Amino acid sequence: MTGTSTATGPRTSPTTSGVGQSAGRPDARQKVTGEFAYSSDLWLDGMIWGATLRSPHPRAVIDGLDIGAALRLPGCHAVLTHDDVPGRKVYGLEHADQPVLASDQVRYQGEPVAIVAADHPETARRALGKIKVSYTELEPLTDARAALETAAPRVHDGGNVVRHVKIRKGDPAAVAELVVSGEYQVGMQDQAFLGPESGLAVPAEDGGVDLFVATQWLHADRTQVAACLGLPEDMVRITLAGVGGAFGAREDLSMQVHACLLALRTGKPVKMVYSREESFFGHVHRHPATLHYEHGAAADGKLIYVRADIVLDGGAYASSSTAVAANAATLGIGPYEVPNVRLDCRAVYTNNPPCGAMRGFGAVQACFAYESQMDKLAAGLGLDPVELRVRNAMHEGSVMPTGQVVDSAAPVAELLRRVSGRPLPPAAAGTDRDIRGLPGGVSNTTHGEGVVRGIGYGIGIKNVCFSEGFDDYSTARVRLHLIGGEPAADVHTAAAEVGQGLVTLQGQIARTELGVEQVRVVPADTSIGSGGSSSASRQSYMTGGAVRAACEQVREQILERGRGLFPGHEDLSVSGGKLVSARDGALAALADLLAEPAEATVTWRHRGTSPLDPQTGQGDAHVQYAFAAHRAVVDVDTELGLVKVIELACAQDVGRAMNPQAVEGQIHGGTAQGLGLALMEEIQVTGGKVRNPSFTDYLIPTILDMPPMKLDVLELADPHAPYGLRGVGEPPTISSTPAIVAAIRAATGLALTRVPVRPEHITGTGPERDA
Amino acid sequence: MRVSMRVNGRRVTAEDVWEGESLLFVLRERLGLPGSKNACEQGECGSCTVYLDDSPVCACLVAAGQAGGRDVVTVEGLAGAAGLDAVQQAFMDAGAVQCGFCTPGLIVQAHYLLRETVDAGGPVPDDGEIREVLAGNLCRCTGYEKILDAVRLAAARKAAAAAAAAGQAEPGQAEVGR
Repeated sequence: MTGTSTATGPRTSPTTSGVGQSAGRPDARQKVTGEFAYSSDLWLDGMIWGATLRSPHPRAVIDGLDIGAALRLPGCHAVLTHDDVPGRKVYGLEHADQPVLASDQVRYQGEPVAIVAADHPETARRALGKIKVSYTELEPLTDARAALETAAPRVHDGGNVVRHVKIRKGDPAAVAELVVSGEYQVGMQDQAFLGPESGLAVPAEDGGVDLFVATQWLHADRTQVAACLGLPEDMVRITLAGVGGAFGAREDLSMQVHACLLALRTGKPVKMVYSREESFFGHVHRHPATLHYEHGAAADGKLIYVRADIVLDGGAYASSSTAVAANAATLGIGPYEVPNVRLDCRAVYTNNPPCGAMRGFGAVQACFAYESQMDKLAAGLGLDPVELRVRNAMHEGSVMPTGQVVDSAAPVAELLRRVSGRPLPPAAAGTDRDIRGLPGGVSNTTHGEGVVRGIGYGIGIKNVCFSEGFDDYSTARVRLHLIGGEPAADVHTAAAEVGQGLVTLQGQIARTELGVEQVRVVPADTSIGSGGSSSASRQSYMTGGAVRAACEQVREQILERGRGLFPGHEDLSVSGGKLVSARDGALAALADLLAEPAEATVTWRHRGTSPLDPQTGQGDAHVQYAFAAHRAVVDVDTELGLVKVIELACAQDVGRAMNPQAVEGQIHGGTAQGLGLALMEEIQVTGGKVRNPSFTDYLIPTILDMPPMKLDVLELADPHAPYGLRGVGEPPTISSTPAIVAAIRAATGLALTRVPVRPEHITGTGPERDA
Repeated sequence: MRVSMRVNGRRVTAEDVWEGESLLFVLRERLGLPGSKNACEQGECGSCTVYLDDSPVCACLVAAGQAGGRDVVTVEGLAGAAGLDAVQQAFMDAGAVQCGFCTPGLIVQAHYLLRETVDAGGPVPDDGEIREVLAGNLCRCTGYEKILDAVRLAAARKAAAAAAAAGQAEPGQAEVGR
């Protein structure tokens, strides 16, 4: 850790695993022994298996559906279609436009058409095979820009534009001495969490259902599930099962409604587990994007204007496209001061797979384009790329193109200096190198000949928490009581632990605020108020804030008891399991004050935000901004187009490193996902059909692909945020991609306008698909 | 069909196994051992890695019938009466666990690496060896840095313990491979 903290320290002395310390995960022991219960591990006596029939066509009319043969299959307990959905027939995060089961038409390949429950997964698979669906195939709409044309077929009745966000700032006709423009493309990335969509639905005696599922937001699931089941919300009780990663892919529903429908129909517990292939069809992906940018600058490199047009392919259903579009637009010029901005961002419907949330959420696509432009501008001016960025870097007090003033630390220039000032890894030398460190590795494709080194930089900006006036809150209940005569805290929220370490952080906060060692984080469920989504890098801020606020109320109850017992001591605190007076030291054991438990439930909100003006995009839409910078060092085999990333350096401001080890883990993991987008990860869609729905054909980085990562973590407190913290999870995913591509450009001199970069883009031996 | 095997040292029998079931399915759904994970079920991710007669395999690629009469050790079988295996402890200490879905397979595979190197009296593996042996285990959360830390830590601890047991502990040996 480097940098300085100006955060106010906790008012109680730190424990050994409080805020700011690398406390271990409370679930780590279960996870290393195989005892941790993930959503796909659940099992109940008498449970049966659910499965989903999906459309093989990206666009078709359903002429008929015959389930008779499937129903007659021995071991098949139920076959359900659109007609069996008792409540609302559609669902969705922002617009309810996605059918629970398709009725008269399908809009993407993989759309659910029918569901079955059977005594064995193989029986269920065979039952699906016996369902006869008659389709009339239609020509799918698969080009996002073509979808904007007036003559384009409409995917939904309201037209093909999900949202058009306009940003207008300054002079629309501004001119500049140097102008660079370019068109950039980002492929469709998959979150590729390892734990497949899965869960167990158990019918309850009251006619309701209990669902155990891996998700990012229990209450958003419940609202949608209850509506589709036609049940009041209190009859749908959802408990978080173990989550094997999320990265945005569990924001939308997958098997939730289906499993509940089957459980209610059969009266049996129903387990559903997607295969990896089905998982590629079972969740939304990162929006593919086409981004046209024009940057104008003065001779000294100062940006005068940016004009940009971004088209995001939202696929067949809205999902979170409206919010993704807002992010791509409001963050679309990057962490730079630009007086004149004209930017249009449109998310559109097509018959491609639906796209929605993935780590970085709109900021990723824009960053690849604006950072590519900054390099192009630097080259045009003959300036060092870091120097150009520093000359234009925003800082605290800068004004966003939305008019919002950045009112906490924005150390853009400092982050760039940190990564560029690091020593470089040793230069590549000769042809006698260890081939494991070369492009192609032990495939033995080169011993160093044709290998060129390059260095590149990228920096990005991300909003933290939900934006545009959304009522964003989290709820926490904290109960301090005696267990075996010792004080212990129970912390209960509905916030989803998805691997990021929120469950650790909740305990750290309770230990710090209450001065106790023993903390139990109660399983997350819907018996308490919403914790909001585990997305937008918001849970440390929001649920961390809620837990701290609940602890403060509990502490005040204890101090009040203490003031009653020890009159005259006004300056009391709790620490080390004791009630402490500033004047006289320890007065009593906390246990002596806990004959009655102390408990508080708090609903906690961040400061308000405003909607964007629909014509100008002006408004204080975001809560907090976060920044990360990367330097990439790559070796490129210019003959074969293979790339070996030699090192990635990252500098990020996290406000306060609540758990330094977990912070590092987030930066490492986010950086790796950005490397994946730069070099290998793309769902390839042709004619609306996915060509690579497997880990054989959709590649994510292995331990051989990842280089050593050097981190610089700054702690510049945000005075508006709990403990001064700044959301950590997303920024490193945003800037590693452009840094790596810039390094490849530096090595090869190629323009490289599309990610992922493929070998044929480097060798020039194949067409640049869609480019 | 009926399938009998030794799992984690115990004789077990699964009844009514459909011939198409994998060893992974039988372990998870019939024998109450869901520690081996089902991330891809096509041998790409390594999350279901188990020992089959002392060789690490993807349990998803082994037909249940093929495991009949053989010896299987899963992640649930690595901890002994004395506590966690060194690899398990190092994964906890190094912060190598996030969502944890890859963890069981990585732990079995790293256990195999150390069994073949340090435990066999050889030197601690260098980073290149660690990367090669773990190349078949996908992790989506960590970027692998802390997994490398964990394996280095477990190797160093094992080497130090072995040296101490041999009565020739040398200062600094525990740092080899860092």
